[in-house]
Amino acid sequence: MASDSTVVLLGERSEIKPRPRRETQRFSLSRFALVTITLFTFAFLYVPIVVLIVFSFNSARTGATWQSFTLQWYARVFSNARILEAAANSLIVAVLSTFGAVVIGTLMAMAMERYRFRGKGAWDGLLYMPVIVPEIVMGISLLIFFAAVNISRGLLTLVISHIAFCMPFVYLTMRARLADFDRSVEEAAQDLGANEWVTFQRITLPLLMPGIISSALLAFTLSLDDFVISFFVTGVGSQTLPVYIWGQIRKGITPEINAISALMLVLSIILVIITQLIQRRQRA
Amino acid sequence: MIQAFRERRSLRIAGLMFPGAFWLIVFFLIPLLIMAVISFMSRDQFGFPAPPFTLENYWDIVKDIRFNLSISFEGGLNIRLFDGLYLELFWRSIWLSLISTIITLLIAFPVALFMSRLSRRYRNLALFLVMIPFWTNFLVRTYALQFMLRGNGPINTLLRALGLEPLDLLFTPTAVMIGLVYGNLPFMILPLYTSLEKFDWTMIEAANDLGANMLRAFQRVMLPLIAPGLVAGSILTFVPAIGSYITVELMGGGRTNMIGYAIAQQFSASVNWPFGSAMSLLMMIIVTIAAVLYFRSGRGEQRAVL
Repeated sequence: MASDSTVVLLGERSEIKPRPRRETQRFSLSRFALVTITLFTFAFLYVPIVVLIVFSFNSARTGATWQSFTLQWYARVFSNARILEAAANSLIVAVLSTFGAVVIGTLMAMAMERYRFRGKGAWDGLLYMPVIVPEIVMGISLLIFFAAVNISRGLLTLVISHIAFCMPFVYLTMRARLADFDRSVEEAAQDLGANEWVTFQRITLPLLMPGIISSALLAFTLSLDDFVISFFVTGVGSQTLPVYIWGQIRKGITPEINAISALMLVLSIILVIITQLIQRRQRA
Repeated sequence: MIQAFRERRSLRIAGLMFPGAFWLIVFFLIPLLIMAVISFMSRDQFGFPAPPFTLENYWDIVKDIRFNLSISFEGGLNIRLFDGLYLELFWRSIWLSLISTIITLLIAFPVALFMSRLSRRYRNLALFLVMIPFWTNFLVRTYALQFMLRGNGPINTLLRALGLEPLDLLFTPTAVMIGLVYGNLPFMILPLYTSLEKFDWTMIEAANDLGANMLRAFQRVMLPLIAPGLVAGSILTFVPAIGSYITVELMGGGRTNMIGYAIAQQFSASVNWPFGSAMSLLMMIIVTIAAVLYFRSGRGEQRAVL
């Protein structure tokens, strides 16, 4: 999870300057090496994923010999009440925690970007911490906390925890966006007689919308993907999809797991495409 | 008037900060503090944390320490510094995470370099191809890798069909290493690429014109400028590696133990929260030290990146 902070890294990319390519010939050998390594790396990354998707259509129950094409595992996934319930839980948690994380992360980014105040440095450090603390530590510390304050584990604890780990990522994304924000537009609105609320509603919020949408997509994906933290704060009836999958994998392979995994892969691909499209439109 | 303005200003700051600050303190900082307190506790007869306060959990980690430097090539290069169950575990986790970070870096750097030199169209395609595994559920990806390497999985089926000896890779330290590299590659490639893409190659030429050879130009010109991506990528790889749970279970079958996995066990199988908390705290200290050292070594500019 910590890993996903890189969206922040990807936020704004500088435009590429045309550069001379006179060394292409000189380094043809090293270029060949680079191409080879890159192709092998992409193969390494993609072969397992593709193979898994292919085998989710295999009618053989065990083993990796191809029998015949079937959709029965997908049919089973969609008729399995526990899987559907886990998927619904995942969605509920992701939607609620995205909303919470985006609201509080954006507000905090506004305070931190626009004002100077005492203790600001400490908050800055604290906001980076969840990126560096290993997930497993965050998971067990939340487990201990919920046990200590006697909150029984379920959807509530999942949402609380997901907001806690998504919020810093929203904050980092929004802060980068706010740094580029042209405040003279706000001042202009106020000079023209808009009060603060109207200015926020009609000027600030619409201008921040692209950033808010990207950080919401980020938080949504983080929440949907999380396994380790969810594993420790989930209750009996509130398993999320990754927690359910984990339980099934540990029991042994079933072809249904391949089908769910393939579906989750497709969902990730769709989310990536949406994010890319939004970013491209913003740049245009 | 000024007084009123100041009051309104600080009220606004407080209003904006409060929800986030509340969440961060109550659901992040306080849980960590409680965990720290529990790490100094004993257990009651039901196994739950209870006073009296003690240093025993920490003592259990270090008590059987014996320095014993040994180098072997079992499961790759394997340097042991300590004997003793838990210190050895810590050391092995740091070592495996470090090696996996280095391997990931060695693979990711040429890939990111190549990507940054592609024409715009192909670069966007390559970026898209890295983004997909980057955003795909880590558990699902590790599962896919495990599926490949299984005893009767696709690779071995293929090998048998070709009349070759099947591999017995799964549930070995090597499998854990492959899993760590596989899982973390996208997280190394992307930040490296972001840095490399901004890099102005005419600077290398300038360095060459001024008499620097390739190595020196790389060291003095390129390295400082891509340091932010290098630092971000390494932290994003090292931290999940040392705390890894999914990979240790799915690729190592729990047999190649690492700290993250051992901690999780203290909270599930053998209910020993105080001991698990002590290990967590130690791991956090190690990670923080590693991160701080690494940030320092990158000299400054990293803030912009991570």
